[in-house]
Amino acid sequence: MANLNVTKVSEDIYEVPQAAKPGMNVPGRIFLSDRLIQGLESGAVEQVANMATLPGIQKYAMAMPDVHIGYGFPIGGVGAFDMEKGVISPGGVGFDINCGVRLLRSELRHEDIAGKTNAIIDLLYKEVPSGVGSESSKLRVNDAVLTEVFNHGARWAVENGYGVKEDLEHCEENGDMKGADASKVSQKARARGKPQLGTLGSGNHFLEIQVVEKIYDSVAAKAFGLEEGQVTVMIHCGSRGAGHQICTDYVRVMEQAARKYGIKLYDRQLACAPLTSKEAQDYYGAMAAGANYAWANRHVIAHWVRQAFGKFYGRDLKMDLVYDVAHNVAKYEEHDVDGEKKTLCVHRKGATRAFAPGRKEVPAAYRDAGQPVIIPGSMGSASYVLVGTQKAMETTFGSTCHGAGRVMSRSAALKDVRGAEIQKELAQRGITVVAPNPRAIAEEAPEVYKDIDAVVDVVDRLGISKKVARLVPLAVAKG
Amino acid sequence: MDFKYLEHTADAEFVAYGRTMDEAFVNAARAMCGLIVDPAKVGASEAREISLTAGAPEDLLYDWLSELLYLAEVDYLVFSQFEVKITKSDGEYSLQGRASGEKVRPDHGVSLHIKAVTYHDLRVEKRDNYYEAQVLLDI
Repeated sequence: MANLNVTKVSEDIYEVPQAAKPGMNVPGRIFLSDRLIQGLESGAVEQVANMATLPGIQKYAMAMPDVHIGYGFPIGGVGAFDMEKGVISPGGVGFDINCGVRLLRSELRHEDIAGKTNAIIDLLYKEVPSGVGSESSKLRVNDAVLTEVFNHGARWAVENGYGVKEDLEHCEENGDMKGADASKVSQKARARGKPQLGTLGSGNHFLEIQVVEKIYDSVAAKAFGLEEGQVTVMIHCGSRGAGHQICTDYVRVMEQAARKYGIKLYDRQLACAPLTSKEAQDYYGAMAAGANYAWANRHVIAHWVRQAFGKFYGRDLKMDLVYDVAHNVAKYEEHDVDGEKKTLCVHRKGATRAFAPGRKEVPAAYRDAGQPVIIPGSMGSASYVLVGTQKAMETTFGSTCHGAGRVMSRSAALKDVRGAEIQKELAQRGITVVAPNPRAIAEEAPEVYKDIDAVVDVVDRLGISKKVARLVPLAVAKG
Repeated sequence: MDFKYLEHTADAEFVAYGRTMDEAFVNAARAMCGLIVDPAKVGASEAREISLTAGAPEDLLYDWLSELLYLAEVDYLVFSQFEVKITKSDGEYSLQGRASGEKVRPDHGVSLHIKAVTYHDLRVEKRDNYYEAQVLLDI
């Protein structure tokens, strides 16, 4: 364990003292077990401390148990900012704006799909392009359409025959984030976004056929329409080049803005502007447009997944959307701060909203249970469905973890892990992996990530979200 | 040594060197594009001219590498060769650059997609007789 400047507050909660670094406005809080903290990089702690130096940050600069070193905010970082005195930072959202995950529940049982997963995953791999390199999307999008996608996200998709209206209720922000403004998106971001709508991307993005292995909370599971032995499909992707370019453009704008408004930056990737400034409002409009692009993207991909299953089984299968969550986003939300209701700008970078039962943002069908939280595992490992809680509202501004969190660099993974061997090992466990090349598998190998079960156990013990179901993979198509 | 890669858990980081700032920028481009594809496999049949201005060398480097990522993506190119000329006047840095490569093909074996250039740890520094440019990429 590196020499970390953290003190244990209570079980699974560590504090970065406000005195750890000059300029910290609040202490940091890192939610980790004694075992997981052994693997924490000192750079990640430093990044939590850096977050805490930003103006207007409320309560604590926080990191979820899947925390690891990033740039600007650490991955797993959550920071909420006062609307008058606070800031917004593209580095607190990340380049892949609204990288997120959605879960489809099917009417199929495990026995209905046994022996067929290889053929189905091949079909999905063919129907959903990765869109990387020479491969392009099946969609032809013109400028007017692209503007609609930025402004209305999944709503555009549904109005144009991709998915059904009911899907929208089961997306965070209804897949159509308010405040999105396509006019704040640069021509470059448009040029990158246009040919990539309906593509998965590369890296850790994937499509996965899964089966519900275990239900922990039968009441919430019933509300979410999940039961043991049921086949599900998970889609993990984001806003592609459009989002990357929006962030690239606005980090540059914010770099100038931070100087203009006299904000001292301990990491230039934390470049930010006061929420009341024009720069902040422009970024928010562009970021929300990027988020909408991602929701439209996942909507179109889900439509093709449904079509592929229909094609394979020769009939329309019922494949409802359980829920769709964003992992990288900043949003205006109402929270209790010291007994007072306040609107805050909550940044989640590699973290998931986990709203409690009763919140108006939770879809009517789930409002008694709480918001579904979808946690993708790393390739070959389990994924989870959790549910948001009141404890999360009180402790983490309604946030929880987003995945396993990396522990090994891509280059180290390439040295230590061979893609072809992993593919074989997973095949022996009954999990098919299709990928553009062995390297793509090696970089995302199970051993380069923290143990997802250990990460989820921390958030469950803390109560900032509770386990509902554990899903295990049958077949994965990697971007 | 033209450049070296540094260890990073989630992303990719490198330091590029050069006797001049021009050369350090060329080597930074080589380090970045070398992560995407083996330059030995890439011809130079297509070129793009790049003109940029910025108030500081770091901003110029950020813009230069970001522009290469942008052009590679929208024009489906992989790059292998670079030329850079940087001039300074009235406190502004101007870059005239050229990137050569070709349309991406499956046999190039592109396996890494770089999302973006970051400002984290970004620096361009003059040592005694050479320049150093450090960059962290989001991948």
